Amino acid sequence: MTTIETQATATAVPSGKRFFTLAGRYGTVAAFLALILFNVVFTPNFLSLQTLNVNLTQVATIVIVAIGMTLVIATGGIDLSVGSLMAIGGALAPMIFMGTLFPVSSMPAAVALAFVLPVVATGLLGLFNGLLVTRFAIQPIIATLVLFIAGRGIAQVMTNGNLQVFRNEGFQFIALGRVAGIPAQVILMIAIAAIAWAAIRYTMFGRQIIAVGGNEKAARLTGIPVHRVKLLVYMISGALAGVAGLIVVARNSASDANLVGLGMELDAIAAVAVGGTLLTGGRANIVGTVIGALVIQLVRYTLLANGVPDAAALIVKAALILLAVFIQQRAGKS
Amino acid sequence: MLLSMQGICKSFNGIPALRAASLEVGEAEVMALVGQNGAGKSTLIKILTGAYRRDEGAVAFAGEDVSFSMPAESQARGIATIYQEINLAPQRSVAENIYLSREPRRFGLIDRSAMRERAAAVLRTFNLEIDVDQPVAGFSAATRQMVAIARAVTQKARLVIMDEPTSSLDEREVAILFDTIRTLKRGGVSVVFIGHRLDELYRICDKVTIMRDGKTVATAAMADMPKLALVRHMLGKELAAFEAIAKDADEGERRPVRLSVENAGAGVRVRNVSLTVREGEISGLAGLLGSGRTETANLIFGADRLQRGEIRFDGEVRSYRQPADAIADGIGLVAEDRKVDGIIPDMSIRENMTLALLPKLARAGIVDRARQDEIVARYVTALGIKCTSPDQPIKELSGGNQQKVLLGRWLCTDPKLLIVDEPTRGIDIGAKSEILRLLRRLADEGLGVLMISSELEELLAAADRVTVLSDGTSVAVLPRRELSEAALFAAMAHQVE
Amino acid sequence: MNPLLKALTLKSPGDMARLGVILALFGLILFGALRYENFLSQYNILSFLRYNSMFALIALGMAFVIMTGGIDLSVGGTAAMASVVAALLSPYHWAAGLFGGIAAGLAVGALNGFTVTVMRIQPFIATLATMLAAYGTGLLLAGNQSVSVSYDSGFTAIGQDDFLGFPIPAWIALLVYVAGWLVLERLPVGRHVLAIGDGEATAALMGLKVRRTLAAVYIGSGALAGLAGVILASQFGAGQPTEGVGWELFAIASVVVGGTLLTGGSGSVGATLAGALLLAMVFNILNFENGLGWISLSAYWQSVIRGGFLLIVVVLQARLMSRRTGEERV
Repeated sequence: MTTIETQATATAVPSGKRFFTLAGRYGTVAAFLALILFNVVFTPNFLSLQTLNVNLTQVATIVIVAIGMTLVIATGGIDLSVGSLMAIGGALAPMIFMGTLFPVSSMPAAVALAFVLPVVATGLLGLFNGLLVTRFAIQPIIATLVLFIAGRGIAQVMTNGNLQVFRNEGFQFIALGRVAGIPAQVILMIAIAAIAWAAIRYTMFGRQIIAVGGNEKAARLTGIPVHRVKLLVYMISGALAGVAGLIVVARNSASDANLVGLGMELDAIAAVAVGGTLLTGGRANIVGTVIGALVIQLVRYTLLANGVPDAAALIVKAALILLAVFIQQRAGKS
Repeated sequence: MLLSMQGICKSFNGIPALRAASLEVGEAEVMALVGQNGAGKSTLIKILTGAYRRDEGAVAFAGEDVSFSMPAESQARGIATIYQEINLAPQRSVAENIYLSREPRRFGLIDRSAMRERAAAVLRTFNLEIDVDQPVAGFSAATRQMVAIARAVTQKARLVIMDEPTSSLDEREVAILFDTIRTLKRGGVSVVFIGHRLDELYRICDKVTIMRDGKTVATAAMADMPKLALVRHMLGKELAAFEAIAKDADEGERRPVRLSVENAGAGVRVRNVSLTVREGEISGLAGLLGSGRTETANLIFGADRLQRGEIRFDGEVRSYRQPADAIADGIGLVAEDRKVDGIIPDMSIRENMTLALLPKLARAGIVDRARQDEIVARYVTALGIKCTSPDQPIKELSGGNQQKVLLGRWLCTDPKLLIVDEPTRGIDIGAKSEILRLLRRLADEGLGVLMISSELEELLAAADRVTVLSDGTSVAVLPRRELSEAALFAAMAHQVE
Repeated sequence: MNPLLKALTLKSPGDMARLGVILALFGLILFGALRYENFLSQYNILSFLRYNSMFALIALGMAFVIMTGGIDLSVGGTAAMASVVAALLSPYHWAAGLFGGIAAGLAVGALNGFTVTVMRIQPFIATLATMLAAYGTGLLLAGNQSVSVSYDSGFTAIGQDDFLGFPIPAWIALLVYVAGWLVLERLPVGRHVLAIGDGEATAALMGLKVRRTLAAVYIGSGALAGLAGVILASQFGAGQPTEGVGWELFAIASVVVGGTLLTGGSGSVGATLAGALLLAMVFNILNFENGLGWISLSAYWQSVIRGGFLLIVVVLQARLMSRRTGEERV
């Protein structure tokens, strides 16, 4: 059978191609180093433990969500529902240890449940996303749009839109606690990133993810359970969004279903794109995603620390996303 | 002479696809253009329409030298191409599809009644009375083609190129299409008819141009070209390239049957196929393009669902719902289209090779990297894969080496049956005989091999038995002792009447 | 076949979905009219139309984008930014506010068109980014707070006054929808939009100007979002840089509920309007239901219900699509 090909496009000059390849490979790291250098020179007190802590705690939730997003994107999908799922996880946890949901007999058990149940719940909602994508063959953007819209509503309905204010040392350890001086959420972030990195590198599941995103048809022909792999990545993405939701509410000592995770899907996708994972799937650069999230955080920090308003930071972020995707696409073509 | 293409050459990345091809079409003439996959038909057509640019040669259309740089230009000059499905907007109405981009207008608005009436009038000249307001997706493939042809006619096309127009049509629809072609001819329009079903070519075409290996090897009036000669021209005969490596004739017949397919069918592409593969033999599957070979392989492998008939593996009736089931039984498939169905381009040689083996390589989900490396190293050596390291992305390898990696993907699972679909497609001649010898060696070790090939010399050299498909039906089984060039030609030229 | 019967014949899965939404809309109106005393009161109808016109405008632009197989996530941010621009310009003349706001929307639309057709970035990423940029620009222009409009230039009339007994925003929406219908059904470019959604490669082969048409569609969506922003500023007396969050989803849901296939190539202006009205009415009925005092569903239920609507519709669409491709295969 003859396939239609549009006119062969004039190939770019080789040097231009190499530029995009290089930019695609090292651009993010270069940007990261440049940002640090810039800050060392121009931002007062940049090289302090406090600055480090502020930036790391700020970036932890983005990284955690972005790692789930990296896996989903690696299979060729996308998950727009993460922000809403964060709101659900964040709304559920306080309801458990405050006894709104069911009577609490022992606080330690309740706190344990407050960690586990929200993550299970958001994981199941992620599974629901996966079912729409696999069983019903709905495009991922649309399938996850359902929970993007309904998810925050569910969280708001659960809490009646009220702010849940609390003080619970056990639960809040996840955000406020420190181990050996390192914030617990940073440790959690590092642990999750390390597990994901190892999973991609060392496990069968990791290879199946890449294969599904790289060539779904060929993957099926080698016996890879394509549907199961996709279900799992959406579930993981949902569960990680739940974890991030817990951290956010614990950090704020309050859960506001209207605000928790708002716009997180953008930050996560941006981190993945800036981190060098092709949005078309077939690659999962976990380290890149972490650096991508750091770059985005550092850009925001740099602008704020130097008196540029937050609003301008949004514009810079937009340009950053477009540039990163553009470079990745160009580099991917060669 | 309406169209004259002479001495056309075209290379892609230094690999010649056309070497001095030619095509001449007269006024109001139906010209058959035939050739095996890779013979250069599509490339030649794309050069004509302006989708590709030629490296050398001359094209004259309607008495003028032309050199189109995009399909829109050739369309404007009166060359229309009818692909099987793709060149209509499926959800738009018949009338819109005929007039899209040239809508009749009144005061700037689309004059819908004029468009409707004109469309209906054009279709009536082809004896087609349909509701032109309906979306084309709802009509049969034949009607859609007619709509595409009507579009071409309203664009004042003088040459209509039809690419395998009958491949998804039933007998009645083919008759309608041929009536349409005759109508075109009466109207002074010429047709280039690319097709593979020989009896159809003899029914409708005036002349035939045969291509092989990027060259035009014969042009003749249809009446002067017997079927057998046509097939011979298409397939060529360069048998010296391969040493005979098939088994002694009688030994094979006594071996236990590994796979037997009985009266299998699904959809319209596979109608009624029966074949067997024995332990330790290479069973060939031959047939012209579009005869249902690849579709048969997909059925056996569980990539498509069997609708009729029966598949037995090691004596037991099996019904595979997905490839994983077939793989679990010890079946492997090296697919015809490496890029689409085979390689995961960005993954390394190592990962590509061990994909099917992963469940056995992993303990508690973690891949045993030492074993993986050992297995990959073994097959890289055994298959002679040329690469910088197993970490190299597979997309960087040559076609032959990619194919070896894909062979390795199945060999390392220690399969009982290996289906290879065009195993030497796009591979240089040295690597070809290497791969054939490899398959032979594996068969000698007990593996059953089902080899699909359109290169007769390959089948003659390596197969212990050849099943010939024609139009989705197995029409002949030639055991080794009856296997000859003439016998294969005769069986393949056979058409189900 | 008699013409009436022919007109009623359903041609495609899209037609069925579109018929469904119109029936559902009438069903909901009937339900409301029977259940609530003041549902069909002049006050309720007029305020319903006044408030929801801007959403309907955005939905129309989105419908065209989705018909090409794309998506425009930037409309909410664009509307917010346009409301700020309009508010800032309103002291000079009402027309300055009106056209300034539309121009701001046009600019974002042009940026979308550029990123999608020239940089070849997937529409959802491109418009996600421009959404950020639009919000950022709006916030910068407004100095992070809402900007009061001028009450002297007549600018507030656009959103607040009536004309012939109907709210001006409703007139605007009506006019734009009629124009939209004309473009889609009677102008070549409308049919080209649908053909491009059916398959870009095919459309290009058929001689359509794919890039130019795509760019025009994104620009149109941006302009309509700008217009919605103008109405927002005028109606509420202020340019609101943080408004518009989730508007894109409301628009997408309206379009989808209106039977436009997300894969592109099909769609209807009328059903999009019905979809937007249907989703808006869910909220309206929720208010009345709470008013009755039987139950107390919070306003938060509306997004859950909208999500539910979207879920049902996309699942049905997926079913219809798979049945159709299934038929084609045999």
